[in-house]
This record gives sequence, C-alpha cells and structure tokens, in this order.
Amino acid sequence: MEVDKVVHLPRLSRVAVCGGTHGNELSGVYLVKELLKAKNVMKEDNDDEERPASVLMVLSNPWAVQQCRRYVNTDLNRCFTHAALSGPVSKKDPYEMIRSKELNALLGPKGSPEAVDLVCDLHNTTSNMGLCLVAYSDCDWICLHIFRYLQASTTVPTRSTMEIGPQPHGVVRSNIYTTMKHGVQHVLDWVRFYNSGTVFEGGFVDVYTTVKNMDYPRDSETGNITAAIHPQLQDRDFCPLRPEDPLFQTFSGETLRYKGKEPLYPFFINECAYYEKGIALSLARKRRVALPRIRARAEQEQQANEQGFASEEE
Amino acid sequence: MSCATQRVLRTVTDLSGPAGTLPMSSYNNSARFNEARRVAIFGGTHGNEMSGVTLVNLWVKNSAEIQRKRVETKPFITNPKAVEKCTRYVDTDLNRAFSPENLSAPEGDDLPYEVQRAQEINRIFGPKGSPEAYDVIFDLHNTTSNMGCTLILESSKDHFNLQMMNYIKKAIAPASCLVLLNEHPLLKYSTSRSIAKHPVGLEVGPQPQGVLRSNIFEAMRVILKHALDFIELFNEGMEFPPCTVEVFWVSERIDYPRDANGNIIAMVHPNLQDCDWEPLNPGDPMFQTFDGKTIHYQGPGTVYPTFINEAAYYEKQQAFVITRRETLVASAIRKA
Repeated sequence: MEVDKVVHLPRLSRVAVCGGTHGNELSGVYLVKELLKAKNVMKEDNDDEERPASVLMVLSNPWAVQQCRRYVNTDLNRCFTHAALSGPVSKKDPYEMIRSKELNALLGPKGSPEAVDLVCDLHNTTSNMGLCLVAYSDCDWICLHIFRYLQASTTVPTRSTMEIGPQPHGVVRSNIYTTMKHGVQHVLDWVRFYNSGTVFEGGFVDVYTTVKNMDYPRDSETGNITAAIHPQLQDRDFCPLRPEDPLFQTFSGETLRYKGKEPLYPFFINECAYYEKGIALSLARKRRVALPRIRARAEQEQQANEQGFASEEE
Repeated sequence: MSCATQRVLRTVTDLSGPAGTLPMSSYNNSARFNEARRVAIFGGTHGNEMSGVTLVNLWVKNSAEIQRKRVETKPFITNPKAVEKCTRYVDTDLNRAFSPENLSAPEGDDLPYEVQRAQEINRIFGPKGSPEAYDVIFDLHNTTSNMGCTLILESSKDHFNLQMMNYIKKAIAPASCLVLLNEHPLLKYSTSRSIAKHPVGLEVGPQPQGVLRSNIFEAMRVILKHALDFIELFNEGMEFPPCTVEVFWVSERIDYPRDANGNIIAMVHPNLQDCDWEPLNPGDPMFQTFDGKTIHYQGPGTVYPTFINEAAYYEKQQAFVITRRETLVASAIRKA
C-alpha cells in the first residue's frame, strides 16, 4: 500500500442507527426513542453541492422492546442471512423472521445498491467490554476509520468490535447511556466530515479477530453448567489469557485452567445471552491493521462510478 | 427492681412475633424458642437469579454441605418453570403470590402458574401461620443493585431471626452483611419464605439476571453456612446473649420520573448509581433525564437508598427504595 495514496470510497448517503435489536439492551432502546423524538434528517451547514446524508432511527424489535426481552421467538440478530431474508413470508413464521424481512425492505435490500450505506446497531453486554465496535472485515476502511475517530474522541476504553458494557439486561445505567449517546454522535459527526470531503489520515488500529468460543463445563446428563468463570478471569475482557491461566472455578472449588497453546484475548466473558448459545467466553487474536488514507468520492466521481457500473452490467 | 432488669423485662414481654413463634416461657431473661428442626432453602423463586438456582441444584444432588446435627434441611427449587426458561416468572411474580387470598383460593388449572405453585409450596412447607409450618426458610435471591450481601427481615420482633442475623454479621466480618427490614404495611409483600415461622431473605448483588458470577455465588454460600451453623448451635442449647442489630427499615418506594404515557424519562443519576446504603441528603442528585438534566432529592432529611436500579423493579414502578437506619435490640434467646 502506497503511503501517500488516498483511497476514494463511496459517500455515505444513507445511515441507519438501530436500537432494540435485542429488546432488553436498554441503552440503544432509550437512545433511539430519544432520537426519534428529534428530527431524522441531518443537515449540512454549508455547500450546496453536498447533499445531506439522511439518518434513519429504527427500533429494530419493537415487540421484544415492549416486553423487555432479548427476543420474542428467535434472536433477530441472527435472522439476516441471505437464506433467512429470501423466501416467502408466512404469518406462522417466528416474529423475528418476519421482522428481519421488514427491516431488509426498509434498510436494504441486503447486497443491493439501494441498501443503506452504514448501519450503526446499538447493543449492551453483561461483559466488561467497555465501548466496542464490531466490524465484519479488516478491510472495511470506513468502519475502522470510524473506530479510530471514536478512540481519539472518548476516554472510555475502546476496542474494535457498538457493544458497551457491562450493563445488566433490562437496566439502563446513566454512564453507559451517556457513553453510547456520545458514541453515536461521534459516528454521525464522522459521517458528516467524511461526506464533506475530509481526508482521514492513515495509521494503525489494533483489531481483535475471533478465533473460537469456549463453553462452560457441563453435566453430561442435565446439561447444566458445573463451573463459573474464574474470579481471576471475570471482568478481564481483552486482557491476555495465557496457557495455564485460571479459566473456570467448579462449584467444588477446583480451578480449571486454559489449555490452549497460544495466548489469546478473551471477550464476551460471562455474557448472559450466550449461556443458551453455549458460549462462556470468546477468544481472539490481536493484530495490527494498516489503514490507508481515505476520503469520500466527489459528487461527479460518484456519478461516473455508478454509470460505469451500469454500463458494465449492460 | 433494677433498671437493667426493667429494661430486659420490657424487651422480653415485647415478643409478639408472627403466629407460631411465641416463646414457650421466658425466664433467666432469655426468650425461649422451639428447636428449629425443619429448615428449607429456596432457590429459583425468581428463575433468572442464578446463585440460588445453582446452589439449590447442587444441594439437591449432594446435600452434605448443608447437613447439620438435629436439623432436617431441605433444598428446594420453588419455580421450576421459570428456572427452565431462565426468566423471573412465567405468569406472575411468585415472591408476591403468597397472599392469604391466593393461598385460600380454590385450586384449579386456570389459576396463574405461580399461584398454583404457591398453594403447592404452602402444602409442603406450611400451612402458613400454623404450628406445622417449617421453622426457617432461607430464600435465595440476586439483585442487579450494588447491595452486597443483604439479609431481609420481615418482622422487627422476630428475636430468633435478629440473633441469627447478628451471628452471621459477626461471622463474616470484616466483610459486610447488612439487614433490610421490610415491615411497611403497604410496601410489605407476601414472599415465598413468609410461610415459615422465621422467614429469612438472602439478597446478594450486583449480578445481572441470568448470569452466574463466582464471587457472588461464593458469598451467598458462606452466608448460608453461617446461618446453618447458628441453627445447629441453637438446637444444641447454646444461649445467645442480648444484642443490638442495625437495620435499614424500608419507608418509601421511589419511582422513575415518567411522562403522561408512563414511559421513563430519566435514569438513576450517576452519583446515585451503585451507592446503595450510602446517605442520600436533600438536594443530592437523584435522576438524570435523557437529555442530561439533574433531578434532585427533595425529601426532608437524610435517607439510605437501596435496591437502586434493580432490573425487575422497572415494571413495579420502583427506581429505588428509601430506608432509615435504626438499631433494634434482640433479647437473649435459647431453646425451650
């Protein structure tokens, strides 16, 4: 990658901020409700040439929000695979499968040019993860630049996967709400600067990439857990876990140790919602990713690009 | 008659506890209670409060740890359906379901699950208010509030319980274990443990619902160990001298500020969050609106809030509960 080269990326014309994807993760629920009371459209201060980006505020799972539950029938945040989104809608489908198709129509369709450019999906966790950005690719320069901007703007420890913890489900803690509110504001600020042509300098970010998940030790007959996260591991998300470090403590007081060969970084330690998914903690490798300089394509560039695509398709 | 004797006699005659707990006689300045031969440990009264669920499941499998001489100790999951779903309750809160109306209602499958369950539990461990009721029931709970280890008392006149709580507090010192007394005529509720002659609530937090934290689990385990030790010592004939017990006496419930539609419009203020048991003075920050404004406590004097930001209480219109600090005197006790 050439150091001075600026990568030109598409403008972010449509942005969505989603809360309540899990109905009991309350920071996002209350924040989106507050933002919905205000205007949706984000206006630019100047330049007539620059079209303002529109910001959609969405309460993703209103029925689960109403009941203050993670989900009604099935986890909405697992209903956006291509298989789940295609196929006919039936009234007998789980509520969240119907809802994901509705959201796909509103914000997508997924994979099409009409889809929103950026979705900021707000979550809470019972794990001690601080402010986390979850991205899906280490080449997603937009997300990684947003992360860098957030990191510089906030004093809360930030990591690259918006999880903000720890917060019990069903509770809104004011400090966590405020952190999320400022986080969303910073994301929208970044989008505005980006769309107005700001060049964002390259640099390095540390990213944590999931290697594997570990379940609790369980009773072979009942499936009940037989140990808890060890007190020396509890709340130590993103601190290195080395071979032979304490991992679990059985109910009879025995320490079970980490038997992996390489040190890894644990996260989602003791997340409530993951007991049913068989995950006591996730393990990641940390590595440094080099980010190029980026800026948004100018209007003419964007149109030429789109026409180019159109003629290619023809 | 000396002043000291007068004082002790006043204490001894004020022993009108819940039905079934009147001492058989009081001489040598000690209140007499029957041996506590039947003890129950309830877990899963709320199915997502994991310390109690886990401990009781453990002890149902292997009860060696909770065995004591001269005591039959029965571990029991009170709300198995809620435990299976890892939810607080299925139809209605079991820990509010033991009212006289519910317990005397005609049985039927159309009753809410937890009311049916309450009737069943009353048959096994009660009947509530009768001489056949269990002597002691420990009911294990967790809270998302930063309450640490808390023992919940339902009567200021239950000298047996007061002495037990005094014993536990001293046994775990310097670690802290506070006593919450809920005797308020309107705020008191019909708990599962209220079936027993001596109901004891154990509340340990902070722990999110559905989560098992090893430090919280161990803390609850240790408290129960000392509680059972006390019962064993009492049953063997040990006399416990008079003592004082500091309690936090529930006086008022404070709800979140809400709009006309009943929606919450403010959160517990960051200065109050996690400050259970610390003094709240008039003028101190209490709530913070979503757009950052502070709402101050306007009461007449210093109070001691607890159950601050308990997840399960949003639907019960309770942001926290206000208590006042009092010192109760417990008479000497020994077995009859």
